[in-house]
Amino acid sequence: MDRSIQEIRGDFRILTDHPQVVYFDNAATSQRPEQVLSAVEAFYREANANPLRGLYDWSTEATGRYEAARAAAAGLIGASAAEEIIFTRNTTESLNLVAYSYGLSHLSAGDEIVVTVMEHHSNILPWQMVASKTGARLVWMEPDMEGVLSDEEIERKIGPAAKLVAVGHVSNVFGVTNPVEKIIRRAHEVDAVAVVDGAQAVPHIPVDVRALDADFYAFSGHKMLAPMGIGALYGKKKLLDQMPPFLTGGEMIEYVTRTEATWAELPHKFEAGTVNGAGAAGLGAAVEYLRDRVGYDLIQKQEEALTARLMEKLSKLPYIHIYGSPDPAKHSGIVTFTMEGVHPHDLSSVLNEDGICIRAGHHCAQPLMQFLGVGSTARASLYFYNTEEEVDRFAEKLAGVREVMGYGA
Amino acid sequence: MELKQLYREIVNEHNLHPSHKRTIEDPTIELRGVNPSCGDDITLQLREKDGIIEDAAFQGSGCAISQASVDMMIDDIIGKTREEALSLAGRFMGMIKGEASEEDLETLEEAAALQDVSHMPARVKCAVLGWRTLREALGGKDEAAAQGQQES
Repeated sequence: MDRSIQEIRGDFRILTDHPQVVYFDNAATSQRPEQVLSAVEAFYREANANPLRGLYDWSTEATGRYEAARAAAAGLIGASAAEEIIFTRNTTESLNLVAYSYGLSHLSAGDEIVVTVMEHHSNILPWQMVASKTGARLVWMEPDMEGVLSDEEIERKIGPAAKLVAVGHVSNVFGVTNPVEKIIRRAHEVDAVAVVDGAQAVPHIPVDVRALDADFYAFSGHKMLAPMGIGALYGKKKLLDQMPPFLTGGEMIEYVTRTEATWAELPHKFEAGTVNGAGAAGLGAAVEYLRDRVGYDLIQKQEEALTARLMEKLSKLPYIHIYGSPDPAKHSGIVTFTMEGVHPHDLSSVLNEDGICIRAGHHCAQPLMQFLGVGSTARASLYFYNTEEEVDRFAEKLAGVREVMGYGA
Repeated sequence: MELKQLYREIVNEHNLHPSHKRTIEDPTIELRGVNPSCGDDITLQLREKDGIIEDAAFQGSGCAISQASVDMMIDDIIGKTREEALSLAGRFMGMIKGEASEEDLETLEEAAALQDVSHMPARVKCAVLGWRTLREALGGKDEAAAQGQQES
């Protein structure tokens, strides 16, 4: 094991305390290092008061930690100002915010919403809702069997009627990085806004929303070392400014009378009610950890090395079929596969007996499963703190599953 | 029973070489049962005559536990009355909730091997698919809503 990886792995006590467990479900949620857990605890131990409200020191300190996290998140993805980052619970809530606040007020009958067939349900259902309420129509971009969207497909599907294009940056099934820059450029050519689901991207690759020229960019904290229940939506200020609030209530107003209200400035207009201050502090610590303690160079190097090793070992098992590109560098640590004759749920249950955690099912991407013609698949998803030893153990145990399922040795 | 042992000793045989995976002539009842979140999908056929389930069979696909469970269920219900079959379904559902008596286990015969699924919440809906479909087919109460867990 690389010395730096070994040292970093030591920050994840859940991993070092359970050496018998191989955690390969990182695309569902990552583990959290001590630095993040400490930041969450420190918020409650040192500065616990309701952020943004109190006129006393603790509340000021809580506000400071909350807003510092926003600045860190903005910095990580290259937003031009912290106020362009809205804190939400997760990517799903971020995308719903765009759908309800922007989608319902800007789309109408005859407009087109363009998505890809690779999307997670959280980047499909909000648009189905907008389509059914406004009379807009969903248009589906389809990739090839390796998950690659062609230039022609992008050009053809994002047509003159398109008003909104919603695309995942990295697919949670193929692991492929979509050509979001091209898609966004095409969306802007036809005057559509571009919404990017970055849930599987921000944990793995450097993101620069300004270089991409994304109009909205959503991501979750919990897939990138932060606690569950904190996520973010980036939006261009000029768009966020003209959007109505998504939720209404406490601390998102400027002035309220018995009959009406005026809204607070960005970003608080979109953060009704008491916020997840400790979660945000955890996200801030996670950003710092990813950027300064690990770095995207090491993340990508380690993920690619592990993915290559995993795919190499799996390719020796003739009854395993891997989805997506044959190139391990194009997987973002995600390897989705099926085993001939064995249902993914049985496969996952048997591996669990050996302490191995992988996902089995439709990965909240049923339209993609239908496109691929499979009911469900198994998915091993790696992160930088996983090791070659774990890959080897996984491959060895996987090779034993067919025998358990009655297919001879 | 440990899970791997359960597969090796009971489930695989019924999954890979089911006795009742076929179609029957002149079924009097036919009903499809599905676990949408995992793709388990069966169609159960029954032929009743003079109040007795004279023959039964299934078609479909899904995980080994769902398929083996239906096959074992059909072993149990052929030759039984509707009431007896519903009573067996009640005993099986109880067993999966971890509430089985010695008598329940004896009555369920081989299907009682799935007893330990009560400790595997993620697999409960697989094990009960056949029994839930049977209950619905025979007009018994449907506890489907209370079973299993949703996947987003």
